[in-house]
Amino acid sequence: MTRIAWLVATKDLRIEARSRVLLWQVLPFGVIALLLSGLALGPTQVGNSTAGPGLFYLVTLFVTLLMINRSQALENAPGTKASVATLGLDPAGVFLGKALALTLELWITGLVLLGGSVLFLHIALIGTLQAVPSILVTLTTLAVAGTLYGALTRGGDGPATLLPVVTLPAFAPLLIAGERSFSAALHGGALWEWWVIVVVALVAYTAVGILLYGVLEES
Amino acid sequence: MVVRLVNAVVMSRGFPLLSGVDLEIERASLNVVTGANGAGKTSLLRLLGGLDSLTSGEGSVVGVDLLDGDLRSLRRRVGWLGHEGSFYADLSVRENLVFAARALGRPVDDVASAVERVGLTHRIDTTTKQLSAGQRRRLGLAWLLVRRPELWLLDEPYASLDDAGREFFDHLLGDVLAGGATVVVSAHDPLRSSDLAPRNLQMVGGRVRVS
Repeated sequence: MTRIAWLVATKDLRIEARSRVLLWQVLPFGVIALLLSGLALGPTQVGNSTAGPGLFYLVTLFVTLLMINRSQALENAPGTKASVATLGLDPAGVFLGKALALTLELWITGLVLLGGSVLFLHIALIGTLQAVPSILVTLTTLAVAGTLYGALTRGGDGPATLLPVVTLPAFAPLLIAGERSFSAALHGGALWEWWVIVVVALVAYTAVGILLYGVLEES
Repeated sequence: MVVRLVNAVVMSRGFPLLSGVDLEIERASLNVVTGANGAGKTSLLRLLGGLDSLTSGEGSVVGVDLLDGDLRSLRRRVGWLGHEGSFYADLSVRENLVFAARALGRPVDDVASAVERVGLTHRIDTTTKQLSAGQRRRLGLAWLLVRRPELWLLDEPYASLDDAGREFFDHLLGDVLAGGATVVVSAHDPLRSSDLAPRNLQMVGGRVRVS
């Protein structure tokens, strides 16, 4: 399982490095969305940065959806699906590999968007740095859950439009927990309960993915 | 017997792709499935590859039961060459083949010889999306050479190949058969080569007629 996971993760990351979709399409979209959010709030609103964590996670959500679709589209290209199916890869390994690659891509994106949030939404830099660990864990959970839901919608009609509908109810608690822990790092407050929600979700989605990814692929 | 189908039916969204196929295929034989568009050629190959499930009837491929057997283990033993291409477009020829070799635990050293065999050595570090259609088809054959499957399922393999490519392909088929593998090819027309002595299976309306 770990051998296949590593093989799939390095393959996905190599494709990403080669195609540069993340660099030239996803990141510019995220940064522009943050810039527009800052403009919409206006100079007096952005100063207190209360809306900053929420806007950061809203933009992160949009970007995550794009990247999940991209990750699944790699396997869905005409011909690729059938040929790769005949390799008989361990589905748990494929799930972990795709989730790992998506996690690394989301971490890079998240760190860039955090920089954009400090710049455009005037979020305090020190508080933002303190929030980095919780943000990385939340992004990891989004990547793992997203890989699972991406496989679920991949075989349907219009997966790009189906994915948001299916994932939003599942992502909502994660995004709320992430936003709360980010706000707690900025303004003070309880942090642990939000961490627990995200970590429990991470463990649960990982277990479900390892067990059921093969079933989703078959369906 | 590598393939045995008895009244095999495959349905998709209420539409019969195969409507009662009876077929037996012997080891190390070359079988050419011909028929009009929509006759069920690709559907038959997909069933044999474990890519589609049997709706009713009975069948086994390389000893794996199509109803109750482990289709994932079946897929590892067949090779598929579809007419759309068979690989990751943003990976190079070498990277695609190394991926397949590592996935199956085959020696990576086999990649260079497979690429040389199909005449793509000069394009080995070119991304697949930069290859011509005929070169992608040759890459698909290299993918199968690295994999060394027991059953080769080739969906319209002559498409996009020039005359030299077709001749090369016929030679390759001869070698594959001599090595003991079984080959099922779908094509609109019977094979050009008379040396290979293929068995012709004509598909009409989702059924097979052996000629």
